[in-house]
Amino acid sequence: MPENRKKVLEVKHLKQYFGVGKPGMVKAVDDISFDIYEGEVFGLVGESGSGKTTAGRSIIHLYNPTDGQIIFNGKDVSSFKSKKDKLEFTRNMQMIFQDPQASLNPRMTVEDIIAEGIDVHHLAKDKADRRQKVEDLLETVGLNRDHASRYPHEFSGGQRQRIGIARALAVEPSFIIADEPISALDVSIQAQVVNLMKELQEQKGLTYLFIAHDLSMVKYISDRIGVLHFGRLLEVGPADDVYLKPLHDYTKSLISAVPEPDPEFERTRKRVPYDASIEQDKEGQPRKLREITPGHFVRCSEEEVSFYQERAASYEKKAPEVPNV
Amino acid sequence: MGERILDVKNLQIDFHTYAGEVKAIRNVSFHLDKGETLAIVGESGSGKSVTTKSLMGLLANNAKIVGGSIMYHGEDILKKSEKQMQNIRGKDIAMIFQDPMTSLDPTMKIGRQIAEPLMKHKNVEKKKALAQALEILKLVGIDHAEKRINEYPHQFSGGQRQRIVIAIALVCYPEILIADEPTTALDVTIQAQILDLMKELQQKIETSIIFITHDLGVVAGMADRVAVMYAGQIIEYGSVDEIFYNPQHPYTWGLLNSMPTLSSTDLEAIPGTPPDLLDPPKGDPFAARNPYAMKIDAEEKPPFFKVSDTHFASTWLLHPDAPKITPPDEIVRRQAIFAKMQANAN
Repeated sequence: MPENRKKVLEVKHLKQYFGVGKPGMVKAVDDISFDIYEGEVFGLVGESGSGKTTAGRSIIHLYNPTDGQIIFNGKDVSSFKSKKDKLEFTRNMQMIFQDPQASLNPRMTVEDIIAEGIDVHHLAKDKADRRQKVEDLLETVGLNRDHASRYPHEFSGGQRQRIGIARALAVEPSFIIADEPISALDVSIQAQVVNLMKELQEQKGLTYLFIAHDLSMVKYISDRIGVLHFGRLLEVGPADDVYLKPLHDYTKSLISAVPEPDPEFERTRKRVPYDASIEQDKEGQPRKLREITPGHFVRCSEEEVSFYQERAASYEKKAPEVPNV
Repeated sequence: MGERILDVKNLQIDFHTYAGEVKAIRNVSFHLDKGETLAIVGESGSGKSVTTKSLMGLLANNAKIVGGSIMYHGEDILKKSEKQMQNIRGKDIAMIFQDPMTSLDPTMKIGRQIAEPLMKHKNVEKKKALAQALEILKLVGIDHAEKRINEYPHQFSGGQRQRIVIAIALVCYPEILIADEPTTALDVTIQAQILDLMKELQQKIETSIIFITHDLGVVAGMADRVAVMYAGQIIEYGSVDEIFYNPQHPYTWGLLNSMPTLSSTDLEAIPGTPPDLLDPPKGDPFAARNPYAMKIDAEEKPPFFKVSDTHFASTWLLHPDAPKITPPDEIVRRQAIFAKMQANAN
């Protein structure tokens, strides 16, 4: 990643624990750090319970982080005390949710749902302007202008997700967190929504944090990927590198389990089993993300660096195993 | 392949709703041979789940079977009474559902739940049934089965619960196992384990599987044959290689095109949404979303055209008079693989 690019978001040692001080304390997110640069899509993948959704919610401050810093456009998010600062933050950072059924108020019209942010931020001059803005947004996300007066239940899942996207775009944010935006949708609709998100990103120069468990979709939309497991980032790197030259055993195992629409490939598929015990920290050998090849990081101890460097080098020797799809 | 054990012919099912009759299944025919896995692929609302529910006699009250037959061992399932169905269900034809939590009884020990079908269907006494339950629990890969047989569903993880659901379905050694999106609620690594388990058990107990899913990746690894459903109809069916490497229907093309693979750089989405089955279109149901649609597609429903002895597709593009078109790049690439496979086989 070129150094001259502007960092939009810096996550520094973020910790999000639940039930602190109680016997069943959960370390949902345990000391993760990463940066997101302007105009890029950062994909966060992990299985259920890995802490990916929690991480997203901590970043947008739906939770108060237990520890660590979220720095957005150079300012520490937790330092925002005045209403004005908080408003500006929420205007710049928006979220798209997983379940388009649950995230839209069934008793509000589409116009009111989309315009809620416009009202809060006083972005419309008058009623006509508000309506105009909503209709423009509907068109941007591929819906009809006259959909504005309808209610959420009148739409299909894919259309509802488009409404969710229009709502996020309404306040003209620069950064959008998309938490599993397509996993509730049908295959043929998933591609529509992902392509729409990609298009909008290019048109409006948006930056995304794209959270999902579907590795092939994350690979498709992301510039860089972070792999989360048990609340820890195990590997971060350019999407192609993480996919084709995975360094951490967990990433390897995860990729080897993704089904491919190719019977020949499936017949010869070798699954890589994963032994989570290698994540256990040894005494005196603290693990953290260390750069193995340019831009490609793995969580490891000082001693393990050479091992991963060898692994990275081994990819250069032989052609990576790419499915013939 | 072995003998034919299930033969569905011209099945038609309507749902009565306030808005009118929803024509959910329109003339669906398929068959299942002994020991094979048939995958039925389709989006939500395509009718794949309704089709399998009719096999189990589990249709909702507002469903009406308008026509067709489901022949199982020479007898029509649709003509059987609820009492007769109860003898088949769970014993000869068993089902695995999508969500393992809602298909288990939270207040009953899992051993009891696995033993229940044996006690009901085969009059096995409780002690013996529990012993058999323990065996099958080991078979589906639950560690410390002796201890865990006395635990409740909430004490298991999602993947383990699905293993238990599979154990319940298989404990009577059913002839047909219907799996309705069995891995959709699971993580990829767990999904891989469950799919491997199903394949392994299929070999062991020689059951035939009808696998319902929307995930073409899973289909590629599981199926012997594939039927693609759209808007209540099967629009193409064939062997797994024929569907993945030599697809003929534009909807199948669209599905394969809209799946990201590890190496794809472009996703071709299918525009639009499926038709409303309250008022199904007259011609080819996919015509409105089909970039290759011809005039006749809007007027007349295409019949099945034969591609090979095992491969049929319902699209006018296969008519001898249809203009030659070039499918999307991804499909051309797949068809090249098919041509190579054919050449190697000969």
